[in-house]
Amino acid sequence: MATIRNTVPATVGGSLPRIDGPLKVSGAAMYTSDHHFPGMLYAVPVCSTIAKGRIASLDSSVAVEMPGIQAVYHQGNIGPLFRSAPASGLSAYLDERRPPLEDDVIRYYGQYVAVVIAQTFEQAVAAASAVKVVYTEEKPDARTHLDPDGKPSVDSSRGTPDEVFASASIKHDETYGTPVETHNPIELHASVAVWDGQSFTLYETSQGVVNHREVLAQMLGVPQENVRVISRFLGSGFGGKLFPWPHSALAAAASRNLNRPVKLVVSRQMMFQNVGHRPRTQQRVRLSATAEGRLTSLQHDYLNHTSILDDYKENCGEATTYLYGTPNLRVTSGLVRRNIGTPTSMRGPGAVPGLFATESAMDELAIKLKMDPVELRLLNEPEKDEGNDLPFSSRHLSECLTIGARKFGWSQRTPEVGSMKKDGLTLGWGMASCSWIAERVSTEATVDLRNDGTARVSCATQDIGTGTYTILAQIVSEKTGLPLDKIEVVLGDTALPPGPISGGSWATASVIPAVSQAAQNAMQVVLTAATKGKNSPFSGQETDALNFENGQVYLKEKGGETGVAFHDILKQSNINAASGSGKSEGTFGSTAPRKYSTHSFGAQFAEVTWQPEIARLRVNRVVTVIDAGRIMNSRPARNQIEGSVVMGVGMALFEKTTYDPRQGAPINSNLADYIVATHADSPEIDVTFLDYPDLVLNEFGARGIGEIGHAGIASAITSAVYHATGVRVRELPVHIEDLLAHT
Amino acid sequence: MDTFAFIKARDVSHAIQAASQSNTAQQGAEVRFVAGGTTLIDLMKLSVERPSQVIDINHLPLDNVEKLPDGRLKIGALVRNFDLAHHEIVQNEYSVLSQALLAGASAQLRNMATTAGNLLQRTRCVYFRNTAMACNKREPGSGCSAIEGDNRTLAILGTSSNCIATNPSDMNVALTALEATIHVQDKNGQRDIPIDDFFVVPGSTPQRENVLEPGDLITHVTLPPSRHGTKYAYLKLRDRASYEFALASAAVVADVVDNKFNRVRIALGGVGTKPWRSREAEQALEGRTVDQSVFREAAVAALSEARPQSENGFKIELAQRCLAHALTLATETA
Repeated sequence: MATIRNTVPATVGGSLPRIDGPLKVSGAAMYTSDHHFPGMLYAVPVCSTIAKGRIASLDSSVAVEMPGIQAVYHQGNIGPLFRSAPASGLSAYLDERRPPLEDDVIRYYGQYVAVVIAQTFEQAVAAASAVKVVYTEEKPDARTHLDPDGKPSVDSSRGTPDEVFASASIKHDETYGTPVETHNPIELHASVAVWDGQSFTLYETSQGVVNHREVLAQMLGVPQENVRVISRFLGSGFGGKLFPWPHSALAAAASRNLNRPVKLVVSRQMMFQNVGHRPRTQQRVRLSATAEGRLTSLQHDYLNHTSILDDYKENCGEATTYLYGTPNLRVTSGLVRRNIGTPTSMRGPGAVPGLFATESAMDELAIKLKMDPVELRLLNEPEKDEGNDLPFSSRHLSECLTIGARKFGWSQRTPEVGSMKKDGLTLGWGMASCSWIAERVSTEATVDLRNDGTARVSCATQDIGTGTYTILAQIVSEKTGLPLDKIEVVLGDTALPPGPISGGSWATASVIPAVSQAAQNAMQVVLTAATKGKNSPFSGQETDALNFENGQVYLKEKGGETGVAFHDILKQSNINAASGSGKSEGTFGSTAPRKYSTHSFGAQFAEVTWQPEIARLRVNRVVTVIDAGRIMNSRPARNQIEGSVVMGVGMALFEKTTYDPRQGAPINSNLADYIVATHADSPEIDVTFLDYPDLVLNEFGARGIGEIGHAGIASAITSAVYHATGVRVRELPVHIEDLLAHT
Repeated sequence: MDTFAFIKARDVSHAIQAASQSNTAQQGAEVRFVAGGTTLIDLMKLSVERPSQVIDINHLPLDNVEKLPDGRLKIGALVRNFDLAHHEIVQNEYSVLSQALLAGASAQLRNMATTAGNLLQRTRCVYFRNTAMACNKREPGSGCSAIEGDNRTLAILGTSSNCIATNPSDMNVALTALEATIHVQDKNGQRDIPIDDFFVVPGSTPQRENVLEPGDLITHVTLPPSRHGTKYAYLKLRDRASYEFALASAAVVADVVDNKFNRVRIALGGVGTKPWRSREAEQALEGRTVDQSVFREAAVAALSEARPQSENGFKIELAQRCLAHALTLATETA
């Protein structure tokens, strides 16, 4: 098991390096595809080269005769793979429900039609291209433009937005679009499946091992206790690795069929086809306001594409109902089917594309009102969450806006297009608000206080590169007083107490109560041992008379001078470890009535430079102010916000998965043609955390910081682009050609 | 990827002998030389290149940069892009070449990629790289998916109804403006080919990209003697700031006398099916005063023959601005 150690003293709220850093930079951290086992075989899927139709014939006779080939599995010989039956919420959940190779129907380009198993990866690749598949092809539908398939559903409604909008004199009505984005973590999705004749051990690139086990047990038709899923380190996920994808079942089935370990690493091209994406969204936003700028109505009607079989909804209205106050509001949504693989969550799903639309609309409204866009937001600050009529647990959006404006120098802004210059470049300044959910999910954890003076904390959650290992050590350190280098953290294994998926920005908020309680219970065990142990100096005392502080047990009334190290008490009683467990309930998906609206907030300010003579646009600097509760560890937290901002530069200016309109193939399926931000594109980023504890969520008041920084940034950038160039881009990403035509 | 034989060439004549057995030196070649491998290995993994024999030439003595007695610069075929970009003579006397090399790819790729390999770099057309798609360059007669498909990054000059693939190289653009000569050895001896004759436009045979025949080995490239005071600029425009192929680029090699253009060589990148020498722009400049309006006139002339596709019409204006600004950059430096 991975042992994570560090020598930096711990404090919740400090600025601490990640305790797993040395393992990563030294190469000792074992990522999924680093796992090798004796006799291991390599699996390479065969992908459909059509996007719609049927398999007329599949001929693997040449492939199976090639060197090193162990098997070619297809619909006819893979054996049973079942559909996972989701219970409720995020239990046994996955986005692409159809098991691989279930039928001969092709519904998207790249769909797995077979999998080749060989002694080496190269042999498997060669044989995969020798599997001859003949298709009955139909014309696929991969169109970008979305027309509603049926009646939209109402997500939220209050007042009479239609009438108010119709009679308003100041209004705004535009449609905004965001493209398909592909997650593209550098670590490719991978599965290493080990079948021992009875049980599976699955090494997975997973942001949620517990759910992965539930799904795979069902798909493979075995009891849950016969599946163990391990994901120790992740080379990022961005939501793409939250839920299982079909390759995982292929690797496990092959391992069982052949009674050998099987490794399957999807290719970069498959990353664009087979493991989800953020879907295309098309969002009409209608706003009306008084001459003073008070919002009188807000309508947000959005569509997103989904696959032929699955209903993936990109919840673009996530933040619309509560971000600003308005008596009249309606949010509607609709799904449009395309011959494209099933979409999935991508960093800030729903809110991120949704806020691009609504915050862009707010900027355009401010221009119509001849009002400062910061002022417009401040003016429409609500007193409560008007979407569900609840008070906010902790909302400081106005402070984010005013501090951000001050740090950015916003008061120097002249609103006329192209009016600001510096060093021969035209400057554009834009801003946006942002928000993201703050939730908890059910979590269990165990803390062992060991007689060698160390502690071990374990939970089947994951560290996906965000700092979760460090956060758990900090919580235990805070509770027990042990330094971080005495605390071992074990994560990413279903053999551990069940923990949260690393998504929704809720891992930190979820583990705090469970780990705190586990630590508390472990300390109580030590106190009990102290009072019961024959050789203990506290023998015969009541546990209430004792304190546990800084790793020491002492008599309350006599103070720290009577302190005995906890491990000495354990040793005196010949106890190996005092073990405590903790469990907390979730808020997400809970049916219990809520008392508060819990959300994170923030403000994004962006400066772009524009050089019309060579049509060069760059994001030069960003100021981000975040209200995400108490910041547990500012160093990885800042890193999350900075990464989100850089990803936001990509969303605003570069990222777009293009589907060939005739064949439905994601055609730019590699890292040279799918453009993401590089270091050279990264702006100067100034991150501020307000650090107000949100004690409704947990005792430290921490919310989450993984997604909030990615919300609003694209809109801040396109508003800055407008300010520099006079071109309002409502269809992301901003392309050179959008700006060339007008400047 | 298919299995292939890997042969280490003993010397130049062995390499030439082995490669002479190939059916062609163009798309579909059964025998390929490998140097840096930054294009070839990539395309072999995609099954776009399927040689049965790969001849490793990395250890052949073709990796020197030297000034010849007549003042020309001789650049060995195996000189790595990094080494060439940072070579003192190149930086001091042919800075446009250094700029172009450093605008290309990433540091890691430049460490591997060679001079001759860069000359033979294949297009980034997404349809060429996907064997499930029709592509006349990869599979003659199969059709061109790009013309009615995703063609935002593709060519507007030198295209045909069979192919609109862009030559993606930055180095080739600078070499074209410098009027480099490509030196090729075969069984019968040496041929010296002006770079503009080395590359061919697709016409009805897009699988053919240059004049190389089986057994031809590029041994070196020469640049004409540098002239004191020649003004240079290489400007590359693209969506992001680094590690991306050009949407448009321009190389300027200009001699200016008494604020008038004397001898000028212009080449464009990212817009042509081959590195695009623009004699129209050169004519518009030679003898004219150094002035923004003249730059603009030359830029318009350079693109006068452009044939845009459904998604790349913006490249005309972009390439014009690119050339005009490159001329500004070249002439504003002392």
